[in-house]
Amino acid sequence: MLSFNWIRQNLFSSWTNSIITVVLIYFLASIIPPMFDWLFFEATWIADDRTGCTSDGACWAIIGARFYQFMYGFYPTEEVWRVNLVYALLPFGILPLLWDKMPFRKQFLIFAIVYPFLVFFLLYGGPGLTAVASNKWGGLLLTLFLGLGGIIIAFPLSIFLALGRRSEMPAISAICVVFIEFIRGVPLITLLFFGSMMLPLFLPEGLDIDTVLRALVAVIIFQAAYGAEVVRGGLQAMPKGQYEAAQALGLSYWQMNLKIILPQALKITIPALVNTAIGLFKDTSLVIVIGLLDLLGIGRAALADTKWMALHVEVYVFISVIFFIFCFGFSRYSLYLEKKLNTDNDSENK
Amino acid sequence: MFKIDFSDQKFRAIIIQTIVVGLLAYGLYWIVQTTAYNLEKRNIATGFGFLNDPAGFDISFSPFIKFVATDSHFAVYLVGLANTLLISVIGCIAATFMGFFVGIIRLSSNWLLSQIAYVYVEITRNIPLILQLLFWYALLINLPRVKNSIAIGETFFLNNRGLNSPQPIFGENFIYVTVAIVIAIIVSIVFSRWAKRTQETTGKQYPVVLINFASVIFFPLIVYFISGSPLDFENPELKGFNFVGGMKIPPEFVAMFLGLSIYTASFISEIVRAGILSVSKGQIEAANSLGLRQNVIMNLIIIPQALRVIVPPLTSQFLNLTKNSSLGIAIGYADLVHGFGGISLNQTGQAIECMAIVMATYLTISLTISFFMNIYNRAIQLEGR
Repeated sequence: MLSFNWIRQNLFSSWTNSIITVVLIYFLASIIPPMFDWLFFEATWIADDRTGCTSDGACWAIIGARFYQFMYGFYPTEEVWRVNLVYALLPFGILPLLWDKMPFRKQFLIFAIVYPFLVFFLLYGGPGLTAVASNKWGGLLLTLFLGLGGIIIAFPLSIFLALGRRSEMPAISAICVVFIEFIRGVPLITLLFFGSMMLPLFLPEGLDIDTVLRALVAVIIFQAAYGAEVVRGGLQAMPKGQYEAAQALGLSYWQMNLKIILPQALKITIPALVNTAIGLFKDTSLVIVIGLLDLLGIGRAALADTKWMALHVEVYVFISVIFFIFCFGFSRYSLYLEKKLNTDNDSENK
Repeated sequence: MFKIDFSDQKFRAIIIQTIVVGLLAYGLYWIVQTTAYNLEKRNIATGFGFLNDPAGFDISFSPFIKFVATDSHFAVYLVGLANTLLISVIGCIAATFMGFFVGIIRLSSNWLLSQIAYVYVEITRNIPLILQLLFWYALLINLPRVKNSIAIGETFFLNNRGLNSPQPIFGENFIYVTVAIVIAIIVSIVFSRWAKRTQETTGKQYPVVLINFASVIFFPLIVYFISGSPLDFENPELKGFNFVGGMKIPPEFVAMFLGLSIYTASFISEIVRAGILSVSKGQIEAANSLGLRQNVIMNLIIIPQALRVIVPPLTSQFLNLTKNSSLGIAIGYADLVHGFGGISLNQTGQAIECMAIVMATYLTISLTISFFMNIYNRAIQLEGR
């Protein structure tokens, strides 16, 4: 790739391009080496507190000192194997949904259905396991729980909402339209506030939902409304002939949707659904405003510690890297799906 | 006699809808009952009377409305609304310019330039906005103290208390300049329409852009000088421990501006890129073979077609930015959610009323933006033939 010709065509194709290239190279040369020095070469990796970081580089020791909290929050140390088990099983719970050529996919798909229930059981505790209150959860655990939990539980809801919005029954479609447009019209923060402050007022005494679940409810409602619009796009993209053919065969409404329309419509909406899921995953960090300690919340708590004052950049960079890995990974996946869908369609057209 | 036939679709639809609406109504009734009971039990007042009570707290940032602690909660609402709208409008404008710039750079023939734009887009859009806001805010409040402010030119000073910039002071006669600007804009719109009609009927072209540009710039400028230059700038000056004069823009606002516009710009740039790429190559080749000049191809062939693809998703980005401005609460920007939905709510304890007002306001803003953008969208869409 890096041939003389390539360089000439892509970097020095004209006078203006040559000037731009030179300026950019100078700019990068003056920025990247100091950045790497700060990030790696001059960084302090192990120290007891802020004063231990004497070098000019980053003070990564704060991350090491708080690593447990970043991963598990305040989950009791003796029970932490449960969280580790949840983490370890996560690939088996998610991969079968995303990867259609996975070996033993059918068996794993059954596991993927069981997995969410297993997660609730392992994290909360239950018969045979000590109960761990959700206010002990935090860090990556909480971020993943809210993000993935919200996405997975909201998915069936968004299908129902999308079908409802396109329903021929005026009352059903009106209810769905109002719900979807209302949720999409307000910021997630107000929904989180709604969940944390108003939900207790709406429910009878004794029926207490903990803060994490309240946040999860808000996240699910939010994602369901956005997902519904994406699914609706897929439903609208279906040629009318598909509906007519299904009806001509005498299929009922549910048979038509479950067997003919949804399998095709969902397939083309998956890339867009993954994109809204990425958005939601990022948005879960808003829960810090209702006092939950997700990754960002734990980071802020670490910053408030007098032992580690003024290490904002280190903490924020660390959290950013974690979010980036997840979100960038998923956006690559959505691109890959889009490409795959395109080639699928091409082969059909041939 | 009335016959019950469950195989009749219309009849079934009525039954299902009646059941759903009935359940919904009962659910709402139950919630209202429970809520009323809970509120009474906790001694929480209801109604909107609290809007007239004095707020009792100060709002540090209120550039348009004068606010003191004895003002009512309704004033808190107005200040918050003004601040939300301010950051949204400025953020949308900045994000649009940045987004178009980055989107065009992404398509540059210079590999290095387009890669830098790509890295920028991927980094900013894959990191939560709230994290970026906190990051900018942390950087800003850890800037040097006022004494050692970073000077940008001789007029802007950046320090840990925010940005000190020149303050425009409008003289009495400035009203004439404003009127001149409005007249110039109206005249250019009328002129554009007339020129377009003339071109369609006779084929004669006028340099519309040039003439409009000149009239919008020069006419107000002439009026400005005739009316005696009624606009002054007051520069900030360091006196003792603080700056005197000029505008003080708090770090919260600067962080919100940077965070919102940089984050949204990366999404807009992708929309712009997709829009430009969506114009089929044949269109450009056809224009080239007709011998049109490059800028004509850009203005008359590429941009009008790309805009059709760009505008709908751009609208939703504006909506997102407006809703995302509610994240200001994380860094203490005095917007609607922070002031009215946060402090007022905690002081009065009337969560339901406060949240209802905040949600209704955002809903109104969202619906208004999409209403106007839909009108614009319809205007530029391809007319069906």
